[in-house]
Amino acid sequence: MSVQARVPIDAASIQVPRGQVYTIPNRCKGCNFCIQFCPKEVLEFSEAINNKGYHFPVVRKGMEEQCIHCRFCDLICPELAIFTREVEPATAVGASA
Amino acid sequence: MSAGSIVVESHPADTLMRADRLPHILCPGCGIGSVVHTYVDAIAESGIPVNQHVCVSGIGCSGRAAGYVNIDSYHTTHGRAIPFALGIATYRPDLHVTVISGDGDLTAIGGNHFIHAARRSVALLVLCINNFNYGMTGGQAGPTTPLSAMSRTTPHGCWERPFNLPFLAQAIGASYVARWTVLHVRQLRTALLRAMNKQGFRFIEILSPCPTGFGRPNDIGDGLSEMQNYLRRCEVNNEIDLRAVDIDLTQQDSPIYVGDFVDVDRASFRPQVVHRAGA
Ligand code: SF4
Ligand code: SF4
Ligand code: SF4
Repeated sequence: MSVQARVPIDAASIQVPRGQVYTIPNRCKGCNFCIQFCPKEVLEFSEAINNKGYHFPVVRKGMEEQCIHCRFCDLICPELAIFTREVEPATAVGASA
Repeated sequence: MSAGSIVVESHPADTLMRADRLPHILCPGCGIGSVVHTYVDAIAESGIPVNQHVCVSGIGCSGRAAGYVNIDSYHTTHGRAIPFALGIATYRPDLHVTVISGDGDLTAIGGNHFIHAARRSVALLVLCINNFNYGMTGGQAGPTTPLSAMSRTTPHGCWERPFNLPFLAQAIGASYVARWTVLHVRQLRTALLRAMNKQGFRFIEILSPCPTGFGRPNDIGDGLSEMQNYLRRCEVNNEIDLRAVDIDLTQQDSPIYVGDFVDVDRASFRPQVVHRAGA
C-alpha cells in the first residue's frame, strides 16, 4: 500500500513566489550566513574571490529556478551584499533588474 | 560567475545607508551589520517618513550604527546615547528616536540613564545589541558576560552574575520588551515595526555573534558557529516569567529564551515645562 502525501486543497491556485538573486561581490566578507540559512539551499560559495580575498555566494548549478524570494539571505546579510527580486516564473532566468 | 546570480553595484536598502562607507569596519561574521540592515528595512516599511526617524548610538562596535544609516543620526559619547536621545524625544515628540548601542555602553556606564529613561517612560526605542563583551576594545568582560565565560579580563572565567536585561527592562517600566537574536531577523523586523508604533520606552535585546571578542576565547568558533548555537538553543516563549530568561553558558544545552515578552500601553513622558515652552 502506498502512502499518499496530503495535497493542500488550494495547491492548484497557489503560486509559489520565485526570486532572482543579485549580489554585490566586493561587499561580501564570506560569513556564510546566507548560504547556510537559505531554506532552499540555493546558494554556494564561488570559486572566485572578491577584491578582499573572500569567496562570495553564487547560485548553485541547477538551482536557478529554486529561489522562493523569501528574502532571508537579504535580511541576514550583515554587509548588504545580496538580495532578491520577485520574478514571474517564466521570465526568471537572466531577468534584469 | 555562475549563471543564476546577477552582479550589481548597489543594494535596494542603500538609499537608507551611507553606502559610500560600505563595506563597514565590522568583522566577518559580526551580527551588528544584520541589525542595522534589519533596522533600515523596518524604517522603509514603517510608513513613518524617513525624516522623522532619528538614530542615536553610543560607543563601541554597535555605536558605529549611527555612522552608517542615512537618516539624522548622532554618535554620542560613552554611555550617553540615552540622555542625548531623551533630549530629542522629549522636545520633539513628532520624531521617532531609536537608540542602537551595545550591552557595555547601555548597561554599564549608561546603566543609570537606561533605568531612569524607562522609569520616566521616555519615548525611545532602545536596541541593545548584546554580544556579551566589549568587542571593540579587545574583548573585556562586561555586565552581560555570562557566568564562567572567558574574556580578556576574566581568563579563568567570569564569576559575576550577568544582567538579565529583559527582566530589568520590564521591572523599570518598559512598554515593550523583546529579545531576539541576529538569526531571528524576520521576528526582529516585526518586533521593530511593532515597537516603532508604540509610546513610552521600548526595549529590544538582540543577541549577536562577536566571533572576534567572544567567540574565540570561548571556543565557539566563527560567527556562523555562534549562529548555529542560537539555532540549537533558542526557544520562543512569549509568555515566560522574565526571571527565568537568564543566559547560562555553563549549561550548554539550557535554552536561551527569545520572544516578544511585554507589550503594554504606557503614555510617553511629556514634562509640563516643555508644554509651556510651546514645543
Ligand atoms: S531569497 Fe530565500 S530562497 Fe532565495 S536565495 Fe535567499 S534565502 Fe534562499
Ligand atoms: S551573508 Fe552577506 S557577507 Fe555573508 S557570505 Fe552571504 S553575501 Fe557574504
Ligand atoms: S569585535 Fe566583535 S562586535 Fe566588534 S566588529 Fe568584531 S565581531 Fe563585531
